[in-house]
Amino acid sequence: MIEHFLPAASSYAQDIDNLFTLIFTLVGFWLVLTEAVFIYLIVKFRKKDGQKAEYYTGEEKHLKRWITVPHFLVLICDIFILVGAVNVWYNVKQQLPEADEIVRVIGQQWAWTFVHAGPDGTIDTDDDIAIVDELHVKVGTTYHFKLEARDVLHSFSVPVFRLKQDAVPGRVITGWFKPTKVGEHDVQCAEICGIGHGLMAARIFIETPEEHAAWLAGQRPIALASANTPQRVED
Amino acid sequence: MAESVETQAAHHEDAHGHHGEMSFVSKYVFSTDHKVIAMQYLFTGMAMALIGGFMAYAFRMQLAFPGEAVPGYGIVSAANYNALVTNHGTIMIFWVAMPVLIAAFGNFLIPLMCGCDDMVFPKINRLSYQIFLLSAVVLISSFFVEGGGFGGAWTAYPPLSAKAEYSLTKLGSSIWLVAVALEFIAFLLGGINFVTTAMNSRAPGMKLYDIPIVVWMIVVASILFMVSVGPLIAGAFMLLFDQTLGTQFYDPDGAGDPLLWQHLFWFFGHPEVYVVLLPALGIVAEVITTFSRKKLFAYRTVLYTTFGTGVLSFTVWAHHQFVAGIDPRMANIFTLTTLLISVPIAELCFVYIATLFGGSIRLTTPMLWALAFIAEFLIGGVTGIFLGASGSDIYLHDTYFVLAHFHYTFYPIAIIGTFAGITYWYPKMFGRMLNETLGKIHFWGSVISFNVIFIPLFVLGIAGQHRRIFDYRNFPELALPQYQDLRILATFALLVMLAFQVVFLYNFFMSLFKGEKAGNNPWKANTLEWTVPSPPPHGNFAEMPTVYRGPYEYSTPGRDEDYWPQNVPN
Repeated sequence: MIEHFLPAASSYAQDIDNLFTLIFTLVGFWLVLTEAVFIYLIVKFRKKDGQKAEYYTGEEKHLKRWITVPHFLVLICDIFILVGAVNVWYNVKQQLPEADEIVRVIGQQWAWTFVHAGPDGTIDTDDDIAIVDELHVKVGTTYHFKLEARDVLHSFSVPVFRLKQDAVPGRVITGWFKPTKVGEHDVQCAEICGIGHGLMAARIFIETPEEHAAWLAGQRPIALASANTPQRVED
Repeated sequence: MAESVETQAAHHEDAHGHHGEMSFVSKYVFSTDHKVIAMQYLFTGMAMALIGGFMAYAFRMQLAFPGEAVPGYGIVSAANYNALVTNHGTIMIFWVAMPVLIAAFGNFLIPLMCGCDDMVFPKINRLSYQIFLLSAVVLISSFFVEGGGFGGAWTAYPPLSAKAEYSLTKLGSSIWLVAVALEFIAFLLGGINFVTTAMNSRAPGMKLYDIPIVVWMIVVASILFMVSVGPLIAGAFMLLFDQTLGTQFYDPDGAGDPLLWQHLFWFFGHPEVYVVLLPALGIVAEVITTFSRKKLFAYRTVLYTTFGTGVLSFTVWAHHQFVAGIDPRMANIFTLTTLLISVPIAELCFVYIATLFGGSIRLTTPMLWALAFIAEFLIGGVTGIFLGASGSDIYLHDTYFVLAHFHYTFYPIAIIGTFAGITYWYPKMFGRMLNETLGKIHFWGSVISFNVIFIPLFVLGIAGQHRRIFDYRNFPELALPQYQDLRILATFALLVMLAFQVVFLYNFFMSLFKGEKAGNNPWKANTLEWTVPSPPPHGNFAEMPTVYRGPYEYSTPGRDEDYWPQNVPN
């Protein structure tokens, strides 16, 4: 369903979309059924002249089961949703697969800095490439991202990956993604971070290994010491 | 028992005599009468709703027509936009939903429905309103100080809210925080009265199971508020110290932790949803039983379910923080508790719907509002499942899906529930009937336009539109024309909705003078407030009532009348 609006471009995007569809189906069924019963009762029991309403306390067994049975059915639906949700969550947030490459993502008022591994393929070396507001990744490669914030909370959101993670000053939060489709998409800051929050837009470029190599060749390593190491003001 | 009735009656005579010739000021401004205080809360809340609604108008116009001057406001800059959305949220929850649903209805209804002459602590009650009014003035003053109003969202997450160099609103942030803290103090004082009066000051014969559901709901809501707000008041002071004294409770540079605030805020913030939800559910219970001429289905189940919901509501707060940087394993526990809380809430909805079965339904204006509450709140409830499920929240967190979801809960609560209550008790409050035709025009106009505002916002949320952005043209995937059309549609529907409120205001104020005289009990309802004149005199009951039965004895077999007031002897 989400894919109707936005492509799914990471290995787990489809799982999140499927979970959304599962929940949509279950709660949609309940919503439609409940609203239908509700409207039916309103129409059926409109005031009729000379006819008094019935008297029930709600403790009658044959009536009370109209509450208790749906109640347990809701609980069963909840269990399905719980299993689905925990399953997806575990794969996206708890269980990090082995990384092929690492990228640093640094949020600050009001820009993203992305530190890519240079030609040597490892991060925190002299040939790192740090760019503002552009993230270049290879399709089919598993990335770990190391997420930091310099000043206030930010949130690293890549909608086509279905990925979102807040960046918290003072912490380095590790997450992962594996792009599955080439393309160029939005990266957002999803946590309000001051007056420039609405301007904190970046782009992600998902490239084939060849395109990525060509891009890499055109870059000059910038020894951005400030970008490699988390900036901490030591008192 | 008899002795206490006599004492109360004597006290009442005394009060009546003493307050016989009060000046306008002491009668309406410094009154300790619960009904006057209720009206003060109601009118202050309505005035604040106009301010909050105007803010919504200004920022929705900016979203529909970015960069263009908004008539009546001017250009909405990024800083203006943040301050507008922040204060819209703050006002609608703390200065509209709470004062109207808890304080106005609580003050008006608890003494009348419990059969006593006033709150147990009338002067504390007056103080509560005075502090509340002060808090509203303080909040409004924050828009006009140097740097403008606070713009760090109503959740006020530090470090943005803690440091002026980040928020750029040094004074605005501090004044906002002081206003919120004052508002909390006002409601702590109010809550003491609501709980004590309902528990200790009921008419003879009114057992716990004879208390109207709305009173129970306000009592439970007050308890939830008083239990949950302590940590947040402490947290608010720490934030104020961070802002003004240079402490570092939330500052990682000083070994503080920004996430601490989120826990303190949401430990309060989630129960707060139920603090405003429960009174609205209570109002709906009164209205649907009266207008379907039915006993409430399974009164005790409703009561126990409400208590259960209250307890569970303290265990779900971190579902607001799944992707906030907390330990990812915690998300599993909070998904479990969040899905669990859907069960009692679903049960309450089922019980209300079951109450209609076998009824004799009259679709008056208050009944339409009460039924619309159930129909719309169901949508708010089920869309919460998407967000309570950790896996799908990764994508939906902080998108317009969240925004549309909580407006589908808060609009039914704060607007639909409030209108159900106002239209139902208006005859009792002012002694005259509202115009039904105007009431129905206002109802359909408000409810239809509400859906046209927020259904497009669900779609935008699913498409990945995140919140609190003043201009989506900076995000190519969100700037597509089909999405801009949805934004314009939502804004247009908001204008329609605001326009229909004029119908309500006209009806409200015209009926004060021109409405048909209501009499004591225009709806033929059972609860005690309908046994006294409309509006009730100072001291409420000329003779203290005795209660013989529960509040929902409608259409009892073997009786000619289809209602049986609580105070009528067998």
